[in-house]
This record gives sequence, C-alpha cells and structure tokens, in this order.
Amino acid sequence: MENDTIAAISTAVSSAGIGIIRISGEDAVAVADRVYRSKGGRAHLKDQASHTIHYGYIVDDGEVVDEVLVMLMRGPRSFTAEDTVEINCHGGVYAVRRVLETVLKNGARPAEPGEFTKRAFLNGRIDLSQAEAVIDVIQAKNEYALKSSVSQLKGAVQEAVQKIRERILYQIAFIESALDDPEHISLEGYPERLEKEARELEREISHLIDSADNGRIMKEGIQTVILGRPNAGKSSLLNAMLGEERAIVTEVAGTTRDVLEESISLNGLTLNMIDTAGIRDTEDVVEKIGVERAKEKAQQADLILYVADSSQALDENDREILRSLCGKKAVLILNKSDLPPAVTAEDLKEMTGELYPVIAVSAREGNGIDLLEQTIRDLFYRGEISFNDEVYITNARQKADLVNARESVLKVLESISLGLPEDFYSIDLMSAYEALGAILGESVGEDLVNEIFSRFCMGK
Amino acid sequence: MSAVYALEEERGVKKKEMSKVEEFVDVVVVGAGHAGCEAALACARLGMQTALFTVSVDSIALMPCNPNIGGSSKGHLVREIDALGGEMGKNIDRTFIQSKMLNKSKGPAVHSLRAQADKSDYSRSMRQVLERTDNLMIRQMEVTELIVEDGVLTGVRTYSGAVYHCKAAILCTGTYLKARCIYGDVSVHTGPNGLQAANYLTDSLKANKVELRRFKTGTPARIAKKSIDFSKMEEQKGDERIVPFSFTTDPESIQKEQVSCWLTYTNPKTHEIIRSNLDRSPLYSGMIEGTGPRYCPSIEDKVVRFADKERHQVFIEPEGIHTDEMYIGGMSSSLPEDVQIAMYRSVPGLEHAQIVRNAYAIEYDCIDARALSLSLEFKNISGLFSAGQFNGSSGYEEAAAQGLIAGINAVRKIQGKEPLILDRSEAYIGVLIDDLVTKENREPYRMMTSRAEYRLLLRQDNADMRLTKKGYEVGLIDEDRYQKLLKKEREIEEEIQRVEQVHIGANEAVQHCLEAHGSAVLKTSATLAELIRRPELTYEMLAEIDPQRPKLTADVGEEVNINIKYRGYLERQEKQVEQFKKMERKKLPADMDYDAVPSLRTEARQKLKQYRPESIGQASRLAGVSPADVSVLLVYLTGGMHRKQGENNE
Repeated sequence: MENDTIAAISTAVSSAGIGIIRISGEDAVAVADRVYRSKGGRAHLKDQASHTIHYGYIVDDGEVVDEVLVMLMRGPRSFTAEDTVEINCHGGVYAVRRVLETVLKNGARPAEPGEFTKRAFLNGRIDLSQAEAVIDVIQAKNEYALKSSVSQLKGAVQEAVQKIRERILYQIAFIESALDDPEHISLEGYPERLEKEARELEREISHLIDSADNGRIMKEGIQTVILGRPNAGKSSLLNAMLGEERAIVTEVAGTTRDVLEESISLNGLTLNMIDTAGIRDTEDVVEKIGVERAKEKAQQADLILYVADSSQALDENDREILRSLCGKKAVLILNKSDLPPAVTAEDLKEMTGELYPVIAVSAREGNGIDLLEQTIRDLFYRGEISFNDEVYITNARQKADLVNARESVLKVLESISLGLPEDFYSIDLMSAYEALGAILGESVGEDLVNEIFSRFCMGK
Repeated sequence: MSAVYALEEERGVKKKEMSKVEEFVDVVVVGAGHAGCEAALACARLGMQTALFTVSVDSIALMPCNPNIGGSSKGHLVREIDALGGEMGKNIDRTFIQSKMLNKSKGPAVHSLRAQADKSDYSRSMRQVLERTDNLMIRQMEVTELIVEDGVLTGVRTYSGAVYHCKAAILCTGTYLKARCIYGDVSVHTGPNGLQAANYLTDSLKANKVELRRFKTGTPARIAKKSIDFSKMEEQKGDERIVPFSFTTDPESIQKEQVSCWLTYTNPKTHEIIRSNLDRSPLYSGMIEGTGPRYCPSIEDKVVRFADKERHQVFIEPEGIHTDEMYIGGMSSSLPEDVQIAMYRSVPGLEHAQIVRNAYAIEYDCIDARALSLSLEFKNISGLFSAGQFNGSSGYEEAAAQGLIAGINAVRKIQGKEPLILDRSEAYIGVLIDDLVTKENREPYRMMTSRAEYRLLLRQDNADMRLTKKGYEVGLIDEDRYQKLLKKEREIEEEIQRVEQVHIGANEAVQHCLEAHGSAVLKTSATLAELIRRPELTYEMLAEIDPQRPKLTADVGEEVNINIKYRGYLERQEKQVEQFKKMERKKLPADMDYDAVPSLRTEARQKLKQYRPESIGQASRLAGVSPADVSVLLVYLTGGMHRKQGENNE
C-alpha cells in the first residue's frame, strides 16, 4: 500500500522532556540506520532482531543530536503493520524536534494527521468494526489541520507564501507559453532574468523558514544556553533572572542527563535555560571537553548567554568559546561588575567584532538584570517577522514544505548554471510551486493553464 | 443534397417509406474526419466489419482550418498515434510540403515536429488508405439516430431510414452537429467549408440522456497567392534535414524540396479597424453563444485582451501545392466581410489581398466528456464510444488520438477484453483523455506540453518505446515492427552500458576534440558517460574519440545521449510517476455506493456519484474532491463489505 516512510513525534510535545519519534514504512529501518549510531559505533539496526531495544545516539552530519533508546519492530508485528522504529529521546523538547528534523532529512516525510492510524487500519491491523471511527478521526483531523493551518497563516506569512507562489507561477507560465508557442513568445535572455528572480525567491523562502524557527520559539520557548568558565557566575545569573531563590539542581553530574532546563518567562517570551553539566563540573578538564560541548550546544541553541567573570582575565578557552558562537544570537555578559574589572566591555567587543551586545551585570546584587532582559527581548522582537499572536509557521510539515520549495528553487539555479534548456527549469519550479501550495492547502489544478491564457497571447 | 434537407417536414414520411435497408456490421463509425479515420482503420484492421459514415466522401480527412499537422505537444500525439499503429503519421509523411522540428534549442522533452500539409493530398491519401483497407466500408450518408435498447447500443439509423445493426458505434461528428458558420451578421447552417451540417443526431442523443453543449471555434480567411507581396514578409523555411513523423518511414525517403511559409505583422492601424468595428462582431453582439478557445483566439479577441500589444504575428501558409490559396494564420475572425477586407489589407504585404474564402466562426454541439469513461465509452450507453471535437477537444491530432483509442476499445469491448487505457505517465494521449473525461473543460481543449506532468519521460523521440509494445499486444503493430523495436531497445541498453565503462584518456586527440567543442580539457581520464553529461557535449560529438563505437542509427544515438545526459532529471521524474501510479492502481468499483461512505463532504459525494471516477487517482483530480475525501475513500475501500471489490487493489 502506501509504504513510503513517514515520521512524527508520537508523544505530546511538552516540557516533560522525553519524547518518542515514530518512523513507519518500507524504509523505516534504513532511515533509522542513517541517523542512528550505536554505542560501539558498529551495530546496524538492519541486522537486529525485531522487537529489540538499542542504546546509542542520533547523529546529524557527524554531530550528536541526542542520546537515545531505539525500539525496532518489524512488520507486520507493529502498530501500523509496517516496519516501525521508535526513537526515545532523552534530551528534552528541543532535542525531540531536532531528532525529528534529522529523521526527515534522511528520507522520511512528515506524517499527515492520523496517518499512522490510517495505515494501521489499511493494513488490517485495526478491527474492522472501528472503520467508521477511523474515518471520522481522519476527517476531523484533516478539517482541523486545514482550518488551523489557514487561520494560523492569516496575515503576513500567508501573504508572503502566496506572493512567492504567484511569482513562481508566472515564471512557469512564461516558460510553458514559450514552449507551446515558440513563434510568438521568445526565451531570449530569459535564463539570466530567471536566475535573478530565483535568487530572490530563494532568499524569501529562506526568510520564511527562519520564521518557522521563530514560530517554534514562540510556541516552545527560546532554547537558551548559558556558557562560561566555572565560577563565572552562571548559576547566580540564572537565579537572578528567575527572580526568586530557587535552587538550581547542581548535583546532576554523573547521571545520564547532563542537561538541565529551567523556564523563565520574560514579558511574553519564554526562555528555556539549558545549562550544561559538563562545563560546570569538570573543572580539571575544562579545556577540551568544555569547548567541544560549548560548540555543540551553541549549534542547537536559539540564544547563547556567555558569562565572563569580569574580575579575571580571559584565557584561550574563553576565546575559543567566543569563536564558537559564530553568527548565533548571543549576549555577552560581564558578571561581577561589583568587583574591580580585569576585562572590559571594549575588550569583548573587540574580540568578537561587535557582533554581540555586551552587558555588565552583578548577578549577586541584581544589577543590570533588567538591561539584560531588555536586550534579549530586543534581539527577538527586532526580527523581520514580528511576534504577534498569529503570524508564524509552527508546523513541522509546513516547514518541511518550505524546505522542499527552497531545494527546488536551488535546483532551478543549478539547472541554469549548467546551461540546461529552459524546460528543465519548469520541472523544479513546478515542484516549488506545489510545495508552497501544500502549505496553503491549494493544489495546482487549473492555475497554470489559466495563468498562461490570461498573461500570454498565444496561438494562431 | 442539401435541397432534400430543406424539406424537414418530409422527414417522418420518408423514414417510413425507406426503412427497408438493413445491414449487420460489427462497428459503425459516424464521421470521417481525423478521429473517424483512425477509429475506422483501427476497427477494420483488427478484423471488425466496419461501416464509416460521412456526409461527403470528398471531405474524408479534411483539414478545414490550419494546413499543418503536429506542432508543440501535438507532434507528440502524432508520434504516439504512430507508435500504437495509427495512420496519421504515415499520412503526413506522404503528403507534407514543409517540415520543421520546433524547440530544437530546448530540452528533448519539448522538441516537437510540425509539418505543413498539402491539404488535398492529405485528404486524398487518407481516403485511399481507407478504401484499400479490408473490412472497411465507406458510406456517404448522415446518421440521424442511435438505436439503444436497455442502455445498450444495438445500431444506428440513417437519414434514408436504413438501419445498421452493430455491436459498437463511435461518434466522431467533429464540428458538424447543428453546425452554424458565422461572420458579421451572416449566419449559415452548415458545417465547415460550407459542408452539410448534421442536424438530427443531437435530438437522438438528448433522447438517450446525453447532455450537449455549444462550443465555438474559428478560422481565418484564405487569400490568393498572386495578390500577396511576399517581399514585405520574412521567409520561414523548413528544416534542412527532415525528420519523419512515423517510426516506420525511412528518413532518406522523404528528403525533398520544400515550400516556404511567410511571417508578417498586424499594426496599430489593423487594431484600430478591428476596435472601431467590434460592435459588429457576432462575438460581442451576443449572436455567438458558444465558448471559444483561449489558446486560439480570434484577432478581435487578441486586440481586446492584449490591448497593450502593438502588433501580432501573422503567418502566411500555403494550403497546398495544387492550389494558390494561402492560409492567414493568426487572424481568425468572425467580423463582417467588409471589416475583414479592410483589416487584412492593413497588414504589410496584404495591401492588395484578394480574399478567396472569408474568415468565419463555427458553432457546434458537443458533449461534456465527463459522460465518458477512460475507454471513451459512454458511462450510460454500453457500446457507444466517441472521439474528437464531439468530446470537446480541438485540433486534428487530438481528434485522431481519441479516434484511435475509441476504435481499439470498441473492438476490445466486442471481444470481451479489458480496454486499453493509457495513463498520464505513459502518453500525452493519456493526459488528453484523462483531462477530457475528468476535468471541467469550458472551452475546446487543446493539448499543451504544460498539461503533461511527466513530460520528460513522454518525449516524442521515445514514443515507440513507450507504446509500440502496447500496439503490438492490441494487434495493430506487426511482428516485424515489434522485433525491430526490441532490437532498438537492446542496442540502446548495451550502448549505455558501454559508454558508462569506456575510459577516455587525456591524450592529445581527446583534448583537441574537447577544445573544439568548447569543453574543458581532461586532467585525468574520464568515462565517455561523464563527458556526455557535460552540458556542452553530446554523444554524437564524441564519436571521433570513441573508436570502439558500434555502428548505430541516429535515433539509437539520440536515446543514449538523452538517457545519459539527463539521468538525474529522468530519475526524479520516474520517482514522481511511482507515487502517481500508486493512486491510479487503486480502483473504485463501478457500482460503488457513495451514500454508504460516511464522512464524505456533500460536494464530493455529489461529484463522485455524478462522474464515477475509475480510480482513487482519478477521483483526486475531480474538482470538488478534497484530499480529506480521498483519505476517506482510501479507508473505506479497504475496509468492511467492500473488501471484496477492493481486492484488485495493490
């Protein structure tokens, strides 16, 4: 039946911090093997017996995303009666998302609402007496999905997607008109024009993809990592921001969980504070491990708060951590402003090319915390997509569609640079158009034919 | 003849008097245009006793509009017709007077062959083929009535009252049903070219619950060659190397002297003449009610809709080598005669134009083809098929393609075999028929490359490899041709493998060859395939550095080149086709009770009941059926009491 491979988070996304990603379909095991690395690095899921559990890591481009337990269930002895792999993540909400994205990048597509259930039914896994209930579920979910995607998309983003789509359609229609009526419509100099347009389209779609991240940030909070050398005052900064004497759990080292989350509400923005056990507790081996973790965490975070002890001179580790911030949103915090300074704001700015705001605080005395909060808010409110109640893309599926659209536009650019004939461009332009249409709940239908006739004078 | 028809009141009397002739045949084909010819030939060649009716034997395979065959995407249709064993490609190869491969600078998917025909030769040649085909009987007579018993077609009755009993009938009435030709305030109840219209069949169709509608199309004036000043126009010559339409035609046999076409332009003066007389156009006065095609607009349409354009192209094309009439492509019109004269004479080179035949619009009855299943058989009348403009299409090639399929399927129906249905991933013919019977068409439907989703796979160069096997299985392709195809496929495959493996060293001859073609020289060795994939190189160009190359025909070389060069794109498209096929394979039973399916939206339920799609895939293309409804169908199909009917699903 429909055995292409689908994946979704099958637990509610909550701050419970544990989530299961389910992959189902013909290539489920192969997809899982592409992202899974066993503890020893050798074992492959494809060689394992059904109904077994495996410990290891999810790896994206060589980077460890999370530490996981993977359950392998071969069809028909699974919920969907297809090969199914379930990944139990331990790394919290953000990591669950990242694991899903990694899986999607490696050959699975996002599941439709109710699709696992549908497959279970179609494959005879669910009792026939439940048929009607299943239909209703699918129907309801579809309508809900449509409704929510439409209402969610009201405003700027919907308009933006729509506009990009119209521009793509114009290009397709132009190419098609010229192909169907080469005597009337000339493609002279067209590749150059399209290249320019495609670059712009690519930029705009990328903006929307960023907004998808922003949307997630709104919904789930800003993944915030506090970095800094031991004793720089990370914990006290966290306490100061929490605004109450709430003990931060510090005795977690040595457990399997080296990540700790706390949520801070900041005038409508939620900061999920992630503190890394490694940097905090391994004073004797700060150097290598600390820097590597800093890099890893910096990759995943939306916001980095780098804390420096202003009363002590910066060392090579500080410099390397600062370098690992590369382009992320970050605030550099000079803590212990109540003590005589060994490092100044100017020093930090000079080192980082003024890429990041620098704030002086005294976590112990509570000075500068307001300014810090204001700075963080500015960082996130200032973006091009404004954070009001409705305008952003939060849906993983919509984001996947945007990513597909961007890829197709990039393929168009590739075809142009390879000097391929014009009709090859429209193959990928059409894919982009369809991907964007999926976001809006619109199909291609007669759009193209109408566009051709309304815009281009064709025929004899 | 037509005097007889003027006396309509006599009709009833005549019928009683003359209903003495009774004949028994297998298939009746109504109409001998491009659809009717292919339909009748297919039936007769497959061994059926076939009666082909036409209002005039002299108008068999008539080209009443443009004097050419093929063109963008239509050329694909002709190739496909040929690959399945149809006649159109062979007939144009016999009778063309100019030939051109369009879009040659574009990708292989949109290369398209177009040939100017000698209209009278085309018609005569096709007539001769029909006349010389066994089992085929030509009758000059108007069919006026269908005989349907309990939803099954059993015969037809002619104007003279004769009854032809048959097992299947194919309606290919073109633009003749209740036809009316119009220009200005002149309106004549005739078919194209003043030929007699068919005024009775409509009523019989209506009596059998077939809904009809009015479509419109038009044709430009014909102008006497000696009145045209060609020195003010650009000459348009044919290709130097002529490529045949038919896979069976030896290219060497058709290299010949060609005639030219000519290009000129309208201008603001032309447009002014048209604008100031728009009120006298029957289109704008409301005298014409039919819907015209947007892709083939009349000149007055163009001037109105594209008001900012200062000029439109005008192609002057010969109607043949036995006549001096010239077709004025791009300027079809239904304006009054005096406006036509003024408007044509405002065009450079046409200042002294002598009109031989006026431009006119023609209105006719046709059906909404959603009344048909994909086999082109009426859903509600067993044994009745239809093809061509009657189905709401336009164009000679579209008509011929449907005629061929309707003919094949009428025979298969009689033989109790499954119909031949080509899907959207197999042929332009598949796209054409699927669009016609599935989508809502508000105007005459023309084939266009943009309508084919998988066109990189549906190229004109590989039509034989896509379809000739099917033609062989159907029985229209003989053993010899089939064996040749198998040989060609083997050669292509072997050559692709060889080219993937042959390593080319960076020697002087190689570097020289690469440089000569503007390609970067080699640093290390490369396979031939890698070189072919370079945008600036082709399989052909590398012959000189490929000494082991076997002797292969040009068409084999072309396939090797395309398959290697565009492999990535081809593979992407094949993946899309796989997805598409999954939904096409899920069949919906003909007796599916949509009222029993819970949760369908009302609109979807209505559309599904009305049009009864044959597969989930087709259902998803119906307007008014949403993705959610498709999910519902999918679930329902596999479950409960419909399990039995769903068993053929994969």
